[in-house]
Amino acid sequence: MNIRAIALTLLTLSLVSACKKKQPETAPTPSQGPGPSETCDAACRAARAAAEKAGRDSVEAARLAAERAARDATMAGIKATLAQKVYFDYDQAELSASAQAALDAKLPIVLANSGLRLRISGHADERGSDEYNLALGQRRASTVKRYFTDRGVDASRIDVVSFGEERPEASDGTEEGFKINRRAEFEITAGGDNLVPPK
Amino acid sequence: MTCSRRGARAALVLLLGAAAALPSAATAQDTSWKEGVRISGIYTVGTKPGVLVLPVGGGQGDTLRAMFERDFDNGDRLNVVALAGAAVPLPDAGGGLNYPLYARLGASVVLQLTPTSFGVHVVIHDVGRSQIARAKAFPLPTPALGPDWRLAVHTIADDVEQQLTAIRGISATRILYASQGRVWQVDSDGAGAVALTGDVRAMSPAWNPRGTHIAYTTLPNSGAQIVIRETGGAVRTLGATPGGMNSSPSFSPDGSTMVYAHARENGTDLWAVNAFGSDAPRRITVGRGSDNTSPTFSPDGRRIAFTSSRSGPVQVYMSDADGTNAELLMPFNFGDQSYRSDPDWSPDGRLIAFQSQIGGNFQIMTVNVRDRSVRGHTSSGVNENPSFAPDSRHLVFTSNRSGTRQLWVVDVESGRFRQLTKAPGGARHGAWSPSLKFR
Repeated sequence: MNIRAIALTLLTLSLVSACKKKQPETAPTPSQGPGPSETCDAACRAARAAAEKAGRDSVEAARLAAERAARDATMAGIKATLAQKVYFDYDQAELSASAQAALDAKLPIVLANSGLRLRISGHADERGSDEYNLALGQRRASTVKRYFTDRGVDASRIDVVSFGEERPEASDGTEEGFKINRRAEFEITAGGDNLVPPK
Repeated sequence: MTCSRRGARAALVLLLGAAAALPSAATAQDTSWKEGVRISGIYTVGTKPGVLVLPVGGGQGDTLRAMFERDFDNGDRLNVVALAGAAVPLPDAGGGLNYPLYARLGASVVLQLTPTSFGVHVVIHDVGRSQIARAKAFPLPTPALGPDWRLAVHTIADDVEQQLTAIRGISATRILYASQGRVWQVDSDGAGAVALTGDVRAMSPAWNPRGTHIAYTTLPNSGAQIVIRETGGAVRTLGATPGGMNSSPSFSPDGSTMVYAHARENGTDLWAVNAFGSDAPRRITVGRGSDNTSPTFSPDGRRIAFTSSRSGPVQVYMSDADGTNAELLMPFNFGDQSYRSDPDWSPDGRLIAFQSQIGGNFQIMTVNVRDRSVRGHTSSGVNENPSFAPDSRHLVFTSNRSGTRQLWVVDVESGRFRQLTKAPGGARHGAWSPSLKFR
């Protein structure tokens, strides 16, 4: 090869190299992180991934919270149903229609939760004898228990107790007060943490 | 004593020491009632002999005099001639009394109390006969003014009342009651209230007839149970029948048996158990789904009275102690709202006190067991839970007539009332003890 050919080759390579460095600039894409340097690209990708994960986590947390809230609401509803008191007529232990309706609402819950144990307490208004009212409260609580056991609930899951007129809800001495004192109350004594709704 | 029939005249028998042989009251130190000379007066039930208690010297003199006067007054069989100390005619320098002057003041008996180094010397002056009727020295425990000292003073007052009326006084007694969840006791004059238990949600206390034990119902969250407690000693929960509740304990007159209400799912029945043994309880009523509570024994132990709803309305029934031969104590009209409960049999066997709902409020009544005649004793406020004193004449009961529920005492003969407690938080379920003589 002569000298002229060699010079031409070098010149060509030089021009090619110069053209490569002066490529026309393209329009910048919207920046989502550090500038488009070699090191910033990696941090940017990591940040972008973290942000995307946080977004996904947030959605999942919201979904879980919604599920938990729904579960809590269901549980609260179940417990409220179980806690609903039933009321009696004066010197009576028979169940009225409304009392039976309240017990019918509890029954499927009790049947669906075999680990659930209840204590039923019977109460009386203050118009009778203190000692007789203890017995009357016991009879009221026992009547409620029998309502459940007659419908398939194991008797060992229900305790009864009477407080007679010793723990009144109202102490105003009115007819309305007497009414709300003649009652049976329901307390969960075991198995109340993981109640399932009836199917 | 036999002089318990209403309207009967009871002989006041004073077995006296030879009055002439007695030294003057101020110096007499006899330690026993001397017997041999019999002086009789006549005490008619319904009359109240006048008694004047002379002022008493010594550190506790005023307290002694006040306690004697109050005890005689509370017994309702003596008329206390109450004069301020300065207005009372005193013995002369030689110890002699101006008996005619005391007679003019309305006193038929003058009581002279002289503190001694070990107690008190008591002289009873018979004003009508112008002579000393009896003299005796009594020991008093220490410390002065403590519970035992007070009980000893009450015991002396009861002894004196028995000498004067042939019927023992009721001041050496105590009343149990429930207040703020505890069992309390208070002396018959309303002094010395003390809690015997912690807050156990106590109700319905009862005395053993010897005064050695008490029983009461506790009401924890697990249900009513009966506790038997030796006075100042051991405590045990009545084993009774498992499950259900136990309440309203009542001791038999000999103290060996306890009858109580036991509730099961088919109602509440009365059960009996050896109060201090381990025998199995036995059921004595068959209520068939009704409620039977609040038993009380007749003094001979052969009969019981109790509350029952076996015929519908809540009523008082009587039966043999084994539950047989049950009968309604008082008739009622089916359909009416009568409600009778909480009987208490008088120690002399004549009366049963109970509470009866009248116009929506309970009132205290008594029924004569023999002829079934009924008397009402209260009409003001709500009145419940009657319990007889040992004299079968006074009843302690719960009443709200003062605005809060407190214990009151009524003399069923005269209808006289007095308030026994002023307990913060109220008091109820009074149970009058037998005589608790301090010896």
